[in-house]
Amino acid sequence: MDIVQIISFLIGVVLFLSVVFLIITGRLKERYSLLWLASSLFICILSISRRLLEYISYKLGIYYPPSLLFLAGVLFLLAINISFSVTISRLSSKVDTLAQEIALLKENKGSP
Amino acid sequence: MRALIIIPAYNEEANIPKVAEDLKESIHDAVVINDGSTDKTHQIARDLGFKVLNHPYNIGVGGAVQTGLKYALLRDYDIAIQFDGDGQHRADQIENIIRPVFNDEADLVIGSRILGGGYRFPLLRRIGGRWFSLLLYLSAGIKITDPTSGFRCYGRRAMEFFSSCYPEDYPEVESIIYASKAGLRIKEVPSLMRQRTGGRSSIGVFQSIYYMLKVSIGVMLTSLRSIRRW
Repeated sequence: MDIVQIISFLIGVVLFLSVVFLIITGRLKERYSLLWLASSLFICILSISRRLLEYISYKLGIYYPPSLLFLAGVLFLLAINISFSVTISRLSSKVDTLAQEIALLKENKGSP
Repeated sequence: MRALIIIPAYNEEANIPKVAEDLKESIHDAVVINDGSTDKTHQIARDLGFKVLNHPYNIGVGGAVQTGLKYALLRDYDIAIQFDGDGQHRADQIENIIRPVFNDEADLVIGSRILGGGYRFPLLRRIGGRWFSLLLYLSAGIKITDPTSGFRCYGRRAMEFFSSCYPEDYPEVESIIYASKAGLRIKEVPSLMRQRTGGRSSIGVFQSIYYMLKVSIGVMLTSLRSIRRW
């Protein structure tokens, strides 16, 4: 095993454990953690076996196997960001509904 | 049948007195939805005798209209009229816009400046309006001459539907698609409106482009969405 493999495997493990830790301590909700857990597992799997990385790269027609790692990383970040946008949209419509409810509740109660 | 006039207002302290003057003779109740104004819209509207509902912050005109519709439903009104707080709409046009709802011919009535005649659109607005008309026709088969008009009347079904979902910002055009997908009956009536006076058309070039793009994409995507029939 090369040094770089060990390092990237450790990064994957640390990421995984951090996410698990955040969930256990209640600072991250499970529903927002799935993509993070998946990406950390993916990093671990790809970094543990060079042959697997090379095999998948070969099958996909990628000549330089490490670029598969970059591709996977970029795709996971994209997915996570889109899920953030979805979450923000849901939150903003919930907050607006609350603001409307406040307006209706405070009817007759004077100043804004 | 009881009708409520909904007046969405965002920083309209200069125009609210004109609106009040215009509506003085109206037999209908009115509510001002103060959409998080930073000026004295709230105090001025209240002192003029309006009932005022205040958003704690600015949501957008769509959200303000929706608050008004929710209020109308809570208070059991049968008809709601959207009447802008900038003084552009005319009280003497209200009976005309109510009639199709009153006669149970429509759930959503739009007051059309094109059918009403006599309104001079700035060139870009005219082109924009034509484009949105075409887009509505192509994506939903709806023929509306003045899709950006904010002078509207809602019947009970439309009030219930739009209080459950209403597009946020720049809602006029998209809400027509929503209504048609929900199976509401839409009708246009000729309406007269006042020309905007003073530096109100302060919308810059980039904002206009953003507006056109946002609404166009919104209409196209909404026409693909599945909206529950009401």
